[in-house]
Amino acid sequence: MRALVHRVLPSSVLLRHVLAVLAALVVVVLVLETTSQFRNSQFATMSYYAIAAVGLTVLTGLNGQISLGHGALMAVGAYTTALLLADGAVPFPLAMLAATAVTALVGVVVGAAAARLHGPYLAGATLALAVGVPGLAIYFDGLLGGEQGLRVSSPRPPDWLDDALYFLTANDLTGAKYLAYLGWGTLLLVLLLLANLMAGRYGRVWRAVRDDEVAAELAGLRLGRLRVLAFVVSAACAGLAGSVLAMVVRLAAPSGFTIVLSLSLLTAVVVGGLGSLTGALLGSALLVFLPPAVTNVGTSAGLTGVQAAQLAPFVYGVVLVVVMLVAPGGVMGLVRSWRRRGLRQGGSR
Amino acid sequence: MQQFLNVTLGGLAQGAIYAAFALALVLIWRATRIINFAQGAMAMFTTYLALVLIESGQSYWTGFAVALAGGLVLGALVERVVMRPVEGGPELNAVIVTLGLFVALQALAAILFGATFQSFPAPFGLRGFTVGGTTIAFTPFSVFVIGSVVVVMLGLVALFRFTDLGLRMRASAFSQEVARLLGVRVGRMLTLGWAFAAVVGSLAGLLIAGGNLVHPAYMDAVIVYGFVAAVLGGLESPAGAVAGGLIIGLALSYVSGYLGSELVTLAALAILVAVLLVRPHGLFSRVAERRV
Repeated sequence: MRALVHRVLPSSVLLRHVLAVLAALVVVVLVLETTSQFRNSQFATMSYYAIAAVGLTVLTGLNGQISLGHGALMAVGAYTTALLLADGAVPFPLAMLAATAVTALVGVVVGAAAARLHGPYLAGATLALAVGVPGLAIYFDGLLGGEQGLRVSSPRPPDWLDDALYFLTANDLTGAKYLAYLGWGTLLLVLLLLANLMAGRYGRVWRAVRDDEVAAELAGLRLGRLRVLAFVVSAACAGLAGSVLAMVVRLAAPSGFTIVLSLSLLTAVVVGGLGSLTGALLGSALLVFLPPAVTNVGTSAGLTGVQAAQLAPFVYGVVLVVVMLVAPGGVMGLVRSWRRRGLRQGGSR
Repeated sequence: MQQFLNVTLGGLAQGAIYAAFALALVLIWRATRIINFAQGAMAMFTTYLALVLIESGQSYWTGFAVALAGGLVLGALVERVVMRPVEGGPELNAVIVTLGLFVALQALAAILFGATFQSFPAPFGLRGFTVGGTTIAFTPFSVFVIGSVVVVMLGLVALFRFTDLGLRMRASAFSQEVARLLGVRVGRMLTLGWAFAAVVGSLAGLLIAGGNLVHPAYMDAVIVYGFVAAVLGGLESPAGAVAGGLIIGLALSYVSGYLGSELVTLAALAILVAVLLVRPHGLFSRVAERRV
């Protein structure tokens, strides 16, 4: 079976990743076309969580730096997008690129400070970032709209895409579905880039830095520079995620970027399994599809709407603790150990 | 001039609370090398316990005592049940567990006590003293705040310096292996350390809540300030934490008074980064070299 897989798949890592992304694209089209509008908007939400989570998993899982500030970085991307899209002069792909670039720049500054910290110190510093940044939006309320935030005009589907999809699927392209396509297209692109980055030289040296600083430094790696780079890549993902968020939610407001957002992203990558892109995807699915389920359980158990809405973060917190105590490798860690056990049994037979 | 005086006095009272909170973080850090990011949420939870009692007709002091006792139990439970398995493991795991606890407790409080703002009573007046015809921003409650923080600090000093229990706790924090060989029940000491720290944290929560509004997230910013204060003091020394708390209280009060209250957390972040980059071992630490 393994030999067959190896013969059929191309040996180039890049080609294999491109094939996987194309396959995923087909699945995305199939899923989005066969599900309801409500599900489409849920998938759009999942796409921006996932973009931020894959960025965070590179930082935390691969390079060993924790960040509780990714919600704040998403806010930077979202506000940049909102400001650029305000007068309609800038096309949205450009706004997304600009949001990514601006957040990457912020990432250089934060990363330069973060590169010298580790563990609890880094967690504390980035926690301060997450708690403090929304205050900026209130301080500069003339520009950033204060508590109310900025409304974002999300892009309308272009006619040619509408026609093309109608031709393919005989379905109309609704606004929600278009945004879901936009989000998932961006996500797949990000996944392709990150998967290559992780498989290549940088993935290797980041892991080396995470596993043994002294050995990495003796091998000639420049720890500071590599750490900043990891932070910048991760921040760029967060900025792009914020940009997609702004367009999907049509709003950039401080209440959308609380500390709970940063901690939910951390939950996603920890539950999925730190350092695994698939794990980050699974974790973001959890962030989107768990709250409605939990809220339903809550309301049917007699809680009010407000109380039931708080059940989801409660479950995140409990899951975070339980995963760390029982299976620190997360879902992907379990899968890996099962597979290893299976291989060992297969070999002894 | 009067504004400067008022801002300074307000900063001192706030600083005393941050000092108590930083002290709680330092106690846990010394014993277990863990920063307890759930400290704020635990304090918030016990403060709500007090609020429920006070609203049901009990006196302020009953609520106060129950909140502190609740902190003792909660701290011990947290250490024994969820922290023990990750102590001494990878530092990231412990951080993540405390964060999980933080989110869970905050959401649980919103479910049990409601997510709205509620006012919390103060046991003493909130009108400033009058000095020479002008009212200054120093209230009877501020006196209570500073007084109770001082009492707690003296109590801790007495505990660690003069009692057998304090000696055993210091020994377990200093070297677990050696302490265990000498017959100290190290596990029990760690649980006790977390419990005492949670009491001090609960006190900080109660003092911040007094005469203010509470809601499940009201301690979020205080975690940041307390952490910055603890790092400023070098994370190791209780005296440093207290000094750091007062410095942070004053600095943030000036930022809030002259620049805008929205910038306070970012100012704390700026102080934190500056301290970590320039003097990573804190302003008062005598340790020559340490990784941060």
